[in-house]
Amino acid sequence: MRVARPQLLLLGALLVIGLLAAFSNFYNPYLLDIAVSCGINVTLAVSLNLINGYTGQFSLGHAGFMGVGAYAAAVLTTLYGAPLLALAGGQAWLLFLVALLAGGLAAALAGLIVGVPSLRLRGDYLAIVTLGFGEIIRVVLQNIDAVGGPRGLIGIPGYANLAWAFGLAAICVYVVWAMVHSTYGRGFIAVADDELAAEAMGINATRYKITAFLVGAFFAGLAGGVYAHFKQYIAPQGFGFDRSIEIVVMVILGGMGNTPGVIAAAILLTVLGESLRSFGDYRMILYSLLIIVLMITRPQGLFRWNARARMRP
Amino acid sequence: MTELLQQLINGLSLGAIYALIALGYTMVYGVLRFINFAHSDVFMVGAFAGYFLARPLPTDSVFTGVLVLLGAMAICALLGVVIEKLAYRPLRGRSTLTVLITAIGVSLLLQNLGQRIFGANPRSFPALFPVHQFHAGGIVVSSAQIMVFAVALVLLFLLRHVVLHTRTGTAMRALSFNPVAASLVGVNNDRVISFTFALGSALAAAGGILYASNYPSIDPLMGTLPGMKAFVAAVLGGIGNIAGAAVGGLVLGLVETAVVALGGSTYRDAVAFAVLILILLLRPEGLLGRRIAEKA
Repeated sequence: MRVARPQLLLLGALLVIGLLAAFSNFYNPYLLDIAVSCGINVTLAVSLNLINGYTGQFSLGHAGFMGVGAYAAAVLTTLYGAPLLALAGGQAWLLFLVALLAGGLAAALAGLIVGVPSLRLRGDYLAIVTLGFGEIIRVVLQNIDAVGGPRGLIGIPGYANLAWAFGLAAICVYVVWAMVHSTYGRGFIAVADDELAAEAMGINATRYKITAFLVGAFFAGLAGGVYAHFKQYIAPQGFGFDRSIEIVVMVILGGMGNTPGVIAAAILLTVLGESLRSFGDYRMILYSLLIIVLMITRPQGLFRWNARARMRP
Repeated sequence: MTELLQQLINGLSLGAIYALIALGYTMVYGVLRFINFAHSDVFMVGAFAGYFLARPLPTDSVFTGVLVLLGAMAICALLGVVIEKLAYRPLRGRSTLTVLITAIGVSLLLQNLGQRIFGANPRSFPALFPVHQFHAGGIVVSSAQIMVFAVALVLLFLLRHVVLHTRTGTAMRALSFNPVAASLVGVNNDRVISFTFALGSALAAAGGILYASNYPSIDPLMGTLPGMKAFVAAVLGGIGNIAGAAVGGLVLGLVETAVVALGGSTYRDAVAFAVLILILLLRPEGLLGRRIAEKA
């Protein structure tokens, strides 16, 4: 799918989001909460889609990147909030923006660290290594007492709102979309389709894989920062394997390398998860069955109708 | 010195359990070239099967222990075959990624069904084998640890015999070497794969019961961490290599115990992953693996 003027579309989307957010005091707070979760999940799923979908890698540690970003941003605004706020001239949004970017960069650094070993690994090994990295991040966070250890970090200022969440989602979608549809970005798809052939055509597969991890982790970190400043409380357990799986399911359901589908799946699963909350355990049973049945019957995802499946050997 | 010996024994008994689980990963990888994520949950089912089988039986007798062990192994062997048939067989010939994601799905399904059926709260595992502590020069060895060694050794030698000296074992090796050629010379690939799953799952069940005898608290999520570590052990030894899985398990058990003994107990779960990342960076074919050219 081509979009004629993606920049204009982004501007339009941001404008609409601004308008929507301006009236956010009038919305039902519960629905507002779900809407913000949707925005965060869309960011997470679309950024993971760059790694797992377009570039054909398989990361199971996206929640770890999110956790790094969340903690980095929250530490800046919570533990060093007062002096930094003074430095920012009392402008909370400026402090929040800087903290978010710092969180994103920290996550990107983590992504770089994961990305480098990933050059040598394919498929299942990479999945395990990223899973391991996610777990290591969780264990390390649990062992740092300054950020609350296993109890989590409390008292994070509630800077984030609908505008931040949706704005971030829009920018993330735009960046991933623009990257993949640029001349440069064709390389991601080439690496996913056939790494050997891509290398033979002069594409530096290594660089593409690292770029995918960097950008994906960066946006996951930003999403973590928004999440932390919306919930105002974070704990290491919230960034574990279950969270990563949830994001992976969104990408699989939407179809790997299919941004509109992934957005739809992220929103669908967030709303569905919210309405299935009373079913508790059954929700995860449903998720797992969904994965198995989808893989057997529709490996290209629910929201992809054309025959050219992206999942390749 | 005694401290060192004591830790050595603790590490080896932990490692023997990892080795048993790692064998299942390695054998399935050998024939199907994918990581059976659900293996760690078969391990959990094995422990629970042991728990329920042991309930009507008298505790503290070798007879109970052996009976429960064999029963749980049979149950898990069946479970492994069923999983393979329902979830993995329809995906034969599809991309590794598809199978991998399905395996993660199966793993999550078992965990969550387990939480639904058995409840999420930990249960205390009964003492199957007679409990006794042996003291020798300041070293304490529990009967459970001795059972771990005994059972692991017996199973390893049985497995070795099956793989090297039976027709099915030969077929397994042929399939692992080249599936197309194997089927050309009359190997029934599907049947051999089923058999491999049965064998690996039975070993996982044995591992589950031994683990639960040593750390007597079981819950539906108990498989995840030992499973992950056993997988690391399989990679450490060279995945697809049966002797490698045993060696990798022992090495990993020792390393983990050493880290705990040196005061890093809060990091014990991160050790395995650090080892994995190191081995993949430095020697991706594993300790006992052969270096083969990688094809895309």
